[in-house]
Amino acid sequence: MLSTKIPIGAFMEKVINWMTINFSDFFDGMKAGLSHLIEGIEFFLNAVPILIFILVAVFLAWWIAGKGIAVFTGVGLLLIQNLTLWKQTMQTLALVSTSTLIALMIGLPLGILMAKNDMANKIIRPILDFMQTMPAFVYLIPAVYFFDLGTVPGAVATIIFAMPPIVRLTNLGIRQVPKDIVEASRSFGATSMQLLYKVQIPLAIPTILAGLNQTIMLSLSMVVISAMIGAEGLGNIVLQGITQMKVGKGFEGGLAVVIIAMILDRVTQCLGKTNSKSGRVMIKNLRNRQANKN
Amino acid sequence: MPKIEVKNIYKIFGSTPKLIVPLLEKGDSKSVILKKYKHSVGVNKASFQVNEGEIFVVMGLSGSGKSTLLRCLNRLIEPSSGEIFIDGTDITKVDGSELREIRRKKIAMVFQNFALLPHKTVLENVAFGLEIQNVKVEQRLKKAMEMLELVGLKGYGNAKPKELSGGMQQRVGLARALATDADILLMDEAFSALDPLIRKDMQNELLSLQAHMQKTIVFITHDLDEALKIGDRIAIMKDGNIVQIGTSEDILHHPADDYVREFTQDVNRTKIVTAASIMRTAESIIVGKAGVRTAAKKMKDLGISSIFVTDKNNILLGIVTIDKVSEMIKEQKEDLNEIIDHDIFTVECDHSIDTIISEFIKSKYPIAVVDEENKLKGIVFKSTVLSGIAGEGGDQIDA
Repeated sequence: MLSTKIPIGAFMEKVINWMTINFSDFFDGMKAGLSHLIEGIEFFLNAVPILIFILVAVFLAWWIAGKGIAVFTGVGLLLIQNLTLWKQTMQTLALVSTSTLIALMIGLPLGILMAKNDMANKIIRPILDFMQTMPAFVYLIPAVYFFDLGTVPGAVATIIFAMPPIVRLTNLGIRQVPKDIVEASRSFGATSMQLLYKVQIPLAIPTILAGLNQTIMLSLSMVVISAMIGAEGLGNIVLQGITQMKVGKGFEGGLAVVIIAMILDRVTQCLGKTNSKSGRVMIKNLRNRQANKN
Repeated sequence: MPKIEVKNIYKIFGSTPKLIVPLLEKGDSKSVILKKYKHSVGVNKASFQVNEGEIFVVMGLSGSGKSTLLRCLNRLIEPSSGEIFIDGTDITKVDGSELREIRRKKIAMVFQNFALLPHKTVLENVAFGLEIQNVKVEQRLKKAMEMLELVGLKGYGNAKPKELSGGMQQRVGLARALATDADILLMDEAFSALDPLIRKDMQNELLSLQAHMQKTIVFITHDLDEALKIGDRIAIMKDGNIVQIGTSEDILHHPADDYVREFTQDVNRTKIVTAASIMRTAESIIVGKAGVRTAAKKMKDLGISSIFVTDKNNILLGIVTIDKVSEMIKEQKEDLNEIIDHDIFTVECDHSIDTIISEFIKSKYPIAVVDEENKLKGIVFKSTVLSGIAGEGGDQIDA
């Protein structure tokens, strides 16, 4: 046993301080970029009239997932509107979609790298474990150091927390492509890139989409936590409910989160599958029937 | 120059395969190397040649290294040591882009479990090799369409592979390999995953395709009947070693060791052993040159009761018997033509024993073996048929 404590905490503090000072330009740039992105999406979502938004959402849900989910989407969104939580819901959606987008942009290439390179796989794996299991609150502190209070540090913490599934499942999806199919492609002289784009990624899509679904769910679960450092949206409503001991308000905010989560979950789950109830398949079948009649 | 020439190929799996090769050359056994050095030997000094237009079958049980050997030919598996010449180029020495070019243009492969792309249609699958070569869409789909027709799957182009039966899927696999116009086909247990009846169909189909395509084919199988049926020559592998290379008849008649002998025991020889391999040299007399007296003397000398008659070009005319010849001599006649029995049974050199047996049921004479121009090549007696069925060395037994 060592008699003195290893100063991990002190070391981390020094690193964070050093980064705050020396990388401040970088972080400022990142903050500006992220906040523009989030605000842009938020602005767009709020610019769409509520009724049209709901109609489009219902149609998409029907097209991708089927009648049941479409009805749920319609009723759920109308309820949110009725609870006067529309603006906050759009803020949350903007935060979630930005985080998911960036998690995808970083996560997909990382997952591909891990699948193609065993060394990278060995190195990145423990980092992913770290990102996923380190309590999310811990990210908040350096995020605030780097980006001040507001929505941006919330987005950054969300990205870190939500990225591992997309990385892991991209890696898994590519590694799961049957060996003989990879062999066949190589035997016809495919380059590494051709193998990736023409064979491995197309075959990994269902698994990658499962990762996307997980990433979206995890970023939604960060909504309340990021509200603690000033991110706007439904999380903020819940937080107000907690801090002001308003059970009703908290419940309403929480309910809205659940509705959004369920819609996004069901719809993204159906993305990769051919669901016989979904609108696109129904229309295809109808067309086929019509064609057979003629 | 042989199309493919494999020289002393070793494949050793483990951390330092290069160090193991000299040990194998020194004569250490596979089990010693596995125990002492923790390396497993996949292929142990394989050498063979495949000629253009030949079907070369590599046969062995699972674990014998046959699939590993096949994959060395297009370097899906890197050989640990040795040389592989394809059209004179040592492909173990070429770099990545050259190797890809060889894989694209020269060598195509067919896989045991078809290895079709599930997200693409049958037509797109067939066109895949060309897609890799960046051939234009219309052009490659047109070619794919032709290939589908060739393998009898016209009209299935828009189906997904999963919607087809196993046999049809492998036809797609075959069409995909043919579409690149590669002149070498590597077939890895291509028909092993199919039902016996379908498998037979596919074997026949391959042979009939091969009859007009003249590809150079290396075919891997664990099924001796399949090997004997489609192979021009067969290599038998055991524990990474090639124990014998030869035609189906070599393998059946002169097995190199007990291992091969054991394999060949259950084979239905009547379908494989040919007339040419069991026939004797035929004694004959030539019309015009010889008269009845010469015929009588020759039969007496050889102790036989009948003899074939040919013209001076060795074309078989018929047979004369000792009885008829004696009658002629008594009647003081000379012309052999009067007594030739033209009603004899003949078989061609490559006919199998089971066709000869059915001829014997009808014939009272020995059977004449002739070539396609009806020239006399040899003779088959009832006894030679039996020794042919019984097995080895049939052609050394005298009738």
